[in-house]
Amino acid sequence: MKQLVILSGKGGTGKTTVTAALAHLATQDCRVVMADADVDAANLGLVLAPVTEETRDFTGGRIAGIDPAVCIACGRCAEVCRFDAVRVCTHPGDAYAVDPIACEGCAACFYECPVQAITMTPQRAGQWFVATTRYGPLYHAHLFAGQENSGKLVTLVKQMARLRALDDAADLLLVDGPPGIGCPVIAALSGADMALIVTEPTVSGAHDLERALGLAAHFNIPAMVLLNKADLSPVQAEAIVAYCATQSIPLVGRLPYDPTVTDAMVRGEPVTATAGPVANALRETWSMLQATLFVVKPSEK
Amino acid sequence: MTFNLRPFSIIKCVPFRLTKTSAPLFLDCDVEEPNAALFLRPEITAQRDVGLLIPVVDMARCTTCGRCAEVCEYHAITVIGKQVLVFPELCHGCGSCTRQCPERAIHEELNVMGTLEYGRAETIEFYHGTLNVGEAMAVPVIRQLKTWAIPPDVDDRPVILDAPPGTSCPVVETMRRADAALLVTEPTPFGLHDLRVAVQVARDELGLPIAVVVNRDGVGDDGVDAYCAAEGLPILLRVPLERTIAEGIAHGASLVDIRPEYQIQLVELWKTIAELP
Repeated sequence: MKQLVILSGKGGTGKTTVTAALAHLATQDCRVVMADADVDAANLGLVLAPVTEETRDFTGGRIAGIDPAVCIACGRCAEVCRFDAVRVCTHPGDAYAVDPIACEGCAACFYECPVQAITMTPQRAGQWFVATTRYGPLYHAHLFAGQENSGKLVTLVKQMARLRALDDAADLLLVDGPPGIGCPVIAALSGADMALIVTEPTVSGAHDLERALGLAAHFNIPAMVLLNKADLSPVQAEAIVAYCATQSIPLVGRLPYDPTVTDAMVRGEPVTATAGPVANALRETWSMLQATLFVVKPSEK
Repeated sequence: MTFNLRPFSIIKCVPFRLTKTSAPLFLDCDVEEPNAALFLRPEITAQRDVGLLIPVVDMARCTTCGRCAEVCEYHAITVIGKQVLVFPELCHGCGSCTRQCPERAIHEELNVMGTLEYGRAETIEFYHGTLNVGEAMAVPVIRQLKTWAIPPDVDDRPVILDAPPGTSCPVVETMRRADAALLVTEPTPFGLHDLRVAVQVARDELGLPIAVVVNRDGVGDDGVDAYCAAEGLPILLRVPLERTIAEGIAHGASLVDIRPEYQIQLVELWKTIAELP
């Protein structure tokens, strides 16, 4: 089983559109399991019409709470908190309180409180789902608004999807990654056989591609690049192609700028469901990815 | 005022600190992918390293009692036999181990995770942070960027913070203490889905007044418009889906460079934001 993670660095370059298209193309001769690792903004389900089979709670870290009946308002908790999460009381004698959004759950206040007024409580921070789609099982999650530990939830979703892929003897685990380079991206990238980085020929696309490739290299994961909206700026496109060449990073396709790609999203379909220049380019991309990922094609096993 | 809208961002929150108009402060808080400098082109004149204070153990004093590991919620310090191991990438820098060590064998040293930079871009006081590649935690860099850039007496100056995409902790850290949030979305099913979650964070969790900018207007469907109408969210600006705008942004031009007529609308947008309830 091979694990392919789709990343971008910059948001909005077309990661999820590409992931859904690859899921569609891969099922023609592969058994696929999908994981949506963007737990803040899980969009893959919007184009795969998933039917939820299982919903589970995700418990994140613990956060502090102060019992006002016990608190003596000494202020020690506010003194030791480095996350500015303890509200300083305005009237002397009032109890202190923890801002649950700012609390990082370090428990420094819990250990320092002289009267044991503080308890640490695990947070129900999100939910994760197992769903079936026309292209195979989809594991995805939703981190509740403003919660921490997105990396932990991504790791959980990926672990569950990976176990399912092993159980089902799947050929491919397809992971739709989050934007950025921080903890959820590192969690999405971990254990992957290959990272496909979707970029666009813009000044910000080029800048973010460099950082995303740097991250893949940092974790020793081979990377390939797909240039979306490739004809938007020939100058920027050539700069990206040249950069990939100097870094020996294979370019596995150039998708034309085509606003009608959005029509497929509105219909809730992968862009490859109907013929067109973008769909055709993606078919070539998938052949190249397949040739790199699998020495022997799954269909010829 | 120069103002960048990036046509391909699915959802970006731009929180404001609202004040009377004078030289604005601009903070690019998307420290994972800081791009605002590509558009505003500041002349960088100051730089500093940032990170977290992480524990360093003096083994001459340490009795390997294990108290440090016991109090660490992040499993960032552990005692194995006669050794103490620290994992900087897991440490949140809370200082618990240092305070709880009965032998006072721990002191703290800065673990550099990124850099902050300052420079002027015409009249704008520009600040941004950059998370080093391979570092996981963006929040400490954002927190220190805000502390460095926003002086306590900022009250008479506008502050614009460019937030990362998404809705998790880096976005929340950016929006903390803002006076309002401007949510930039696109009229597609992806844009609507992400807008809903962003509204939950900005309005419902943080209690900020919010307004919406619809980017790539004309693409997709009418879901975003219907949602904004139903929720009573004002749409303050629509940037049409036009190839010329997309091309200009691709080369690092701002919306007002490409279409000067938007300057009037952006000034109006700023005034409206200042009057949000």
